Amino acid sequence: MRELLELLKHDARRPAKELASMLNISEYEVEEKMAKLEKDKIILSYNTLINWDKTGENTVTSIIEVNLTPQREVGFDAIAERIYRFDEVRTVYLMSGNFDLLVIIEGKSMQDVANFVATRLATIEGVTQTRSHFLLKPYKKDGIIIEDKEKDRRLVMSI
Amino acid sequence: MTNWNDRISPVVKSVPPSGIRKFFDIASEMEDVISLGVGEPDFVTPWSIRESCVYGLEQGYTSYTANRGLMELREEICFMHKRRFDLDYDPKTDVLVTVGVSEALDIAMRTILSPGDEILIPEPCYVSYKACATLAGGIPVPVPAKAENDFRITPDDLEPHVSPKTKALLIGYPNNPTGAILSKEDLEAIARFAVKHDLIVISDEIYGDLTYGDTKHVCFAGLPEMKDRTILLNGFSKAYAMTGWRIGYALSNPDIIAAMTKIHQYTMLCAPITAQIAAVEALRHGEKYMRKMVSEYDKRRRLIYDGLQKAGLKCFEPKGAFYIFPDITSTGLSSEEFAEKILMQEHVALVPGNAFGECGEGFVRCSYATSIEQISEALARIEHFVNHL
Ligand SMILES: Cc1ncc(COP(=O)(O)O)c(C=O)c1O
Repeated sequence: MRELLELLKHDARRPAKELASMLNISEYEVEEKMAKLEKDKIILSYNTLINWDKTGENTVTSIIEVNLTPQREVGFDAIAERIYRFDEVRTVYLMSGNFDLLVIIEGKSMQDVANFVATRLATIEGVTQTRSHFLLKPYKKDGIIIEDKEKDRRLVMSI
Repeated sequence: MTNWNDRISPVVKSVPPSGIRKFFDIASEMEDVISLGVGEPDFVTPWSIRESCVYGLEQGYTSYTANRGLMELREEICFMHKRRFDLDYDPKTDVLVTVGVSEALDIAMRTILSPGDEILIPEPCYVSYKACATLAGGIPVPVPAKAENDFRITPDDLEPHVSPKTKALLIGYPNNPTGAILSKEDLEAIARFAVKHDLIVISDEIYGDLTYGDTKHVCFAGLPEMKDRTILLNGFSKAYAMTGWRIGYALSNPDIIAAMTKIHQYTMLCAPITAQIAAVEALRHGEKYMRKMVSEYDKRRRLIYDGLQKAGLKCFEPKGAFYIFPDITSTGLSSEEFAEKILMQEHVALVPGNAFGECGEGFVRCSYATSIEQISEALARIEHFVNHL
């Protein structure tokens, strides 16, 4: 299973036939295993990593440190949920250290994002402070180097 | 007009150029060619290894080193052999760091062969073995391994080729070009053969880290009584994707290493310090990167093994290195015809098996040190080719 997951993590579009060869099992077994992984919510989704800069579309990403006052019974979870339910919010992590939640927001413009933070995020009860950082340039994401200049440089040689 | 060719030594003239070259010249002119021809990793050297070399350069490490190599590197080489194979080599006397296994092969042969001495060389094998033996003044005696044994050499194969002049045996497993490995039992039989005829064994284990499935590499020198009799050669080119760095090493008894060091000292002086620094890093921290590359080769291996069979070519499952050696006799073509036609018609480059010895006729070598996408595409082309002959 681990091997199948590793292969899919690298390239989710690999045909079942290829996966079957590499894992030494039948195509049917591959499909069955994948269906089960999906059903068990081990595989949550098959994403595409996109270099938006190249499309000319403008998106702005902001990474926001959020401080909270934890609530009785539910701790941070209830506030986190109120935050992660917004479509604008792409990622939410509970953190150790100087702040509590790391929230990643995508919007069309800086204005857009600033507006969301000021009117929706900072006003949620229990949120005591936010610090926003705008992302300038991605170099590497999810293990993939965005503009990888290293390619197959092997030269013709005779041995 | 001077005929310069007449001035070239007859020994050098007698050595044929490598048979791999022929097709590469054509291939290099073609667009969209997929090469399964090259015997080197498609990976770039892991970053931590490259970075340590860059740092070394910044610190000003640009000098010669001791002839035998940096003490640090020799120590790491010995630690690794202790840890992995329980072998005790002394970094002061038993190790020589060389410019790749290539140099180690050359000086090992020059060290042990006198004019007329014979060295047994199982084939199919790496193209340098016979040439190095000839250039050293020795006589290479090719011993065909049997296809029905999946090209694993046995004492029965070797025995008829022994003569009073036989001085040494050269084994290279996991094997280039077949991907065959020898089991512990196979190697023990070879060890008994070596003792019986009192032979020195050169063991080229450059693909030792590249074994797959539940097969574990057995180091020949680690077999009982083989350590002193063996010249163990290994390097970083394949396992650590460091072909261009030119770094390898030889391990043996102090007398042989001292003699090899003498040649190395006068002809090479030392291996490049940059590569030695990188090799230290590879041994100290590089194993996890190496394992990752090996697991990647393993997936490709299974893909190509499966694909070639589906294309209708018989082949045995390779358990080591990054080569597969399918039998193409069912196509009615010779190895060279097959390689040439598939290059011209389908733009797939591979190497005819007879480049690695006569007994490789009827086979071709495919290297799977290339991306999954390329392998998949190559397999589709091979299948198309075989079905449209
Ligand atoms: C079996 C074998 N030995 C030795 C070498 C040469 O290795 P190095 O790069 O260490 O000189 C090769 C390279 O293809 C090889 O296949």
